Amino acid sequence: MPSTPDLECRAISKSFKDFKAVRDISFSVPQGTFFSILGPSGCGKTTLLRMIAGFQEPSSGDLLIKGKSMLNVAPNKRPVSMVFQHLALFPMMSIGANVGFGLRQRGVNKSDIKKQVEQVLERVGLGGTSDRAVSSLSGGQKQRVAIARCMVLEPDVLLLDEPLGALDLKLREHMKIELKQLQSEFNTTFVYITHDQSEALVMSDQIAVMNHGVFEQVGTAKELYYEPQTAFVAGFVGEANRFHATVNTVKDGVLNLKTPEGKSLSSLDLGQGLANGNKVDVFVRPEAVRLSRIAKDVAKMGNTGTGIVENVLFNGANSQLILRDATNAASMNVALPQTGEFRDLAVGDTVHFGWAPEQTRCFAHQGN
Amino acid sequence: MNLKIMLSTVAIVALSTTAQAETLRLLTWGGYAPDDVVAKFEAETGHKVEVTKSNNEEMIAKLRATNGGGFDLAQPSQDRIAGPQAEFGIYKPLDLSKIETALFIPSMLEATKGNTTYEGDVYGVPHIWGTSGLIVNSSTAADIKDYTDLCNDSVSGKVSYRLKRATLTGFAFAMGMDPFAAYGDEAAYKDILDKVEAKLIECKSNVKAYWDGGDEIKNLLRSGEVVAAMAWDTGGWQLNEDNADINYVAPTSGALGWIDTFAIPARGRADEAAYAWINFVMKPEIAAMITESAGNFTASQGGDANVNDALKQRYQASFPQEAIDNVKWYPVVPAGLEVLEGAALDRINAAQ
Amino acid sequence: MKSDKSKLTFWLLLSPLVIWLATLIVLPHVGMFLVSLREKVGIREYETSFANYAVFFNEPLYWNTFARTAYMSIAATLLTLFIGFPIAYYIAKLTRGRTKTTLFLMCLIPFWVSELVRTFGWMILLRETGVVSQLLQYAGLVDGPIEMLYNDAAIMTGLVYTSMLFMVVPLVTTLDSLDDSLIEAGYDLGGTSFSILREIVIPHAMPGIVSGCIVVFMLSLGNYLTPILLGGKDSLWFTGLIYSQFITRFNWELGSAFGFLLLGLSSLIVFLGLKLSGQSLSKTMAR
Repeated sequence: MPSTPDLECRAISKSFKDFKAVRDISFSVPQGTFFSILGPSGCGKTTLLRMIAGFQEPSSGDLLIKGKSMLNVAPNKRPVSMVFQHLALFPMMSIGANVGFGLRQRGVNKSDIKKQVEQVLERVGLGGTSDRAVSSLSGGQKQRVAIARCMVLEPDVLLLDEPLGALDLKLREHMKIELKQLQSEFNTTFVYITHDQSEALVMSDQIAVMNHGVFEQVGTAKELYYEPQTAFVAGFVGEANRFHATVNTVKDGVLNLKTPEGKSLSSLDLGQGLANGNKVDVFVRPEAVRLSRIAKDVAKMGNTGTGIVENVLFNGANSQLILRDATNAASMNVALPQTGEFRDLAVGDTVHFGWAPEQTRCFAHQGN
Repeated sequence: MNLKIMLSTVAIVALSTTAQAETLRLLTWGGYAPDDVVAKFEAETGHKVEVTKSNNEEMIAKLRATNGGGFDLAQPSQDRIAGPQAEFGIYKPLDLSKIETALFIPSMLEATKGNTTYEGDVYGVPHIWGTSGLIVNSSTAADIKDYTDLCNDSVSGKVSYRLKRATLTGFAFAMGMDPFAAYGDEAAYKDILDKVEAKLIECKSNVKAYWDGGDEIKNLLRSGEVVAAMAWDTGGWQLNEDNADINYVAPTSGALGWIDTFAIPARGRADEAAYAWINFVMKPEIAAMITESAGNFTASQGGDANVNDALKQRYQASFPQEAIDNVKWYPVVPAGLEVLEGAALDRINAAQ
Repeated sequence: MKSDKSKLTFWLLLSPLVIWLATLIVLPHVGMFLVSLREKVGIREYETSFANYAVFFNEPLYWNTFARTAYMSIAATLLTLFIGFPIAYYIAKLTRGRTKTTLFLMCLIPFWVSELVRTFGWMILLRETGVVSQLLQYAGLVDGPIEMLYNDAAIMTGLVYTSMLFMVVPLVTTLDSLDDSLIEAGYDLGGTSFSILREIVIPHAMPGIVSGCIVVFMLSLGNYLTPILLGGKDSLWFTGLIYSQFITRFNWELGSAFGFLLLGLSSLIVFLGLKLSGQSLSKTMAR
């Protein structure tokens, strides 16, 4: 793309005393993108966000917004705005004064502030609430005020620090959709950090999965889900059953694996250079596994097995079975299809299961 | 330690159960009841003494608050007995038959009895006397001979005195008036006060600070921050021990003489012990011990005989015979006079 | 039955406070009020009247002294606030853990010695032959000894020093409760240090500022030792006036009237202060 990206990081690092929180991360976010950074707590995502906002100085590397380096620019001079984890609305001000705060700092005259504040509140669906106290709002409304407070300044990049974390589940589901809508409406670049994969998967155009201060993989939600590049991504994004195994044979792009208990698994060789005898971690998603009461139905799937139902976790569309593999006694999660076929499945029943080699992901085993 | 406390508790209980032994709650001035005298008294009589140190105004205020209770013997100045007695009735008449009057210097005893008589009863007998006058640092302020000299330009900003009635009285004498003669005539006294007030306001620029406590003025004089002050004789003599330049000077218009007395509070509960204390401390050898501690001489007949020579010398240097003859002894303060004086003092304090 | 029991518990728990208030605060004040209404007409003769109150308003000396005391106390309060606020901000926002405790303790240390000793300390420092004067002479900054004692500045120094803790503690408490992200949000939205202080920090700290100011003002107004010992020859303080009426003039009636006037006028000033700052007492105390 010829146009300069809204946000670009070049080999950015941050060290505290003897701890490297962010290690040489480079990425760029094109204009209008909803970019999420997904990672467990302590992975360095908050440090990265705070460097972008300007509250922390990078130890090395460069950070550019619209092509301009921000290294020596104070946070109040950067064309970025931030929605804080607990929103950080000013409780001592009315809603209008909250939203107008940034404009007042810019010295915009009073009548213009009033007009712009009213417009932006209108856009987030809170028109006419300008004189009310912040405390009179519900959680979701506060969220929208926090976004309006930033958007009224028309920032080049909007940073969001897990703003949905404090909301209850139902509202969180709703706000996911609303945030995505707001983003496309304002057409502003959002950089969103979260540890909740479903938030990231639902809303984002691009997701960076972060762990131990580095990006493990950057891609769309689908890419991360279907084509995880590392064991961490495979385990962290979506659900997965995980096995330890050793490479038995590599043949015609198909890997034959053996678990320590002697169960045989097969997977596609994705060119990771795995050879005989390599220890690997094997991942398979619960929803990729097919169930059947008849062994023949799944016999050709490449990976097969028989299991005893140990538990049925009924949760409507997200119901799951926990099976105990008859051959190697490994526990397995399998999504329970809601077609009615397995409605009467009970603990202790025996079922057959299988999945295709394409659904298996295997990665060289890390550490122990 | 615990044993000691227990033993002394036992001793107290034992003492209080004996019919005679009493606890004497003594309201007095610093130095008037030194520890060695108290110990001796307790050993000889079996009574116990609790000493509370105070000053004239506080003594009256304390006794007024309790209608003359809480203490068994007080030591106000002789001029401050009849007035408060008339107003607040805080003392009880003395039984002179219980006092060994032969221990007292007769002239002083008679004068005090006369001044502390209210409605025919005597309320006080003399104990310690002294004067207020000037303490001067002769190396820098040799020209200060009288109270009004404190207003000289030569000592500007290096002068201190109290904002109390003694200052009003001293200045009145130094200005050639006789305030004591005007005590009975409110208009005349008011006239004198107005003149003194004007003088003291005019003199204010000379003052470094108005002093409040004896230690404060001694510190000011010792450090040289103040070179001339109106103060008590003992303070001057104590300073003279350390710095020969500083000494007490009887002003030319006359030092102001005061006598502190014994008076028994109206609701005192240990009269026996109180009389015993009076008769004990007036013995010449005990009186000398108190003079050593307080720095002032007592009304005890022959009590100055045992006092050390250094103190006697300082006393004689400050008081040649004509100066002694010139001492202005305070007469009885009529009730209500203090209100007039108080208003004048407030105005002086507030004047810019 | 159960409510009876809980009522009893309530009153039992409340009783120490009620007894304390009644015996040590209310009763003496009632007594003092009755005394203040007595007018002395002769020896041991009194009449009920407001004459003692009239004395206060008719004698410029008295209300001038009151005005001076009030004005000096307000000045001392503001000065304490201006010095205490940065200290409190530093302790609350810029330090953590041990440093914070240490700094807090350092504010407390002056209170380990009595007020008298503290005041004498200042006298030793400020007097003409004192430490500061001699240091300045030694450093060659001044030619002769300088007197820094016995003036209003000395009183102010003493008052501010005595009151500092009572300002810093409520300020630290309120500033501690200010979420750091509010300040960061302020910067993020383009605010300057000054505008964040004015629009976010101060409004948030307002209850602490007000309660600190009330305490410091009351302490200064009611202080006795500091103005008497550090003050100059014309520095009258209203409490000194009350003391002299009670102790040296034996005029309890006027002293009581002064006491009541002090109570009333100081309450009025606090009330006006609350009105001006737009705070209410309940709001301030609830924090």
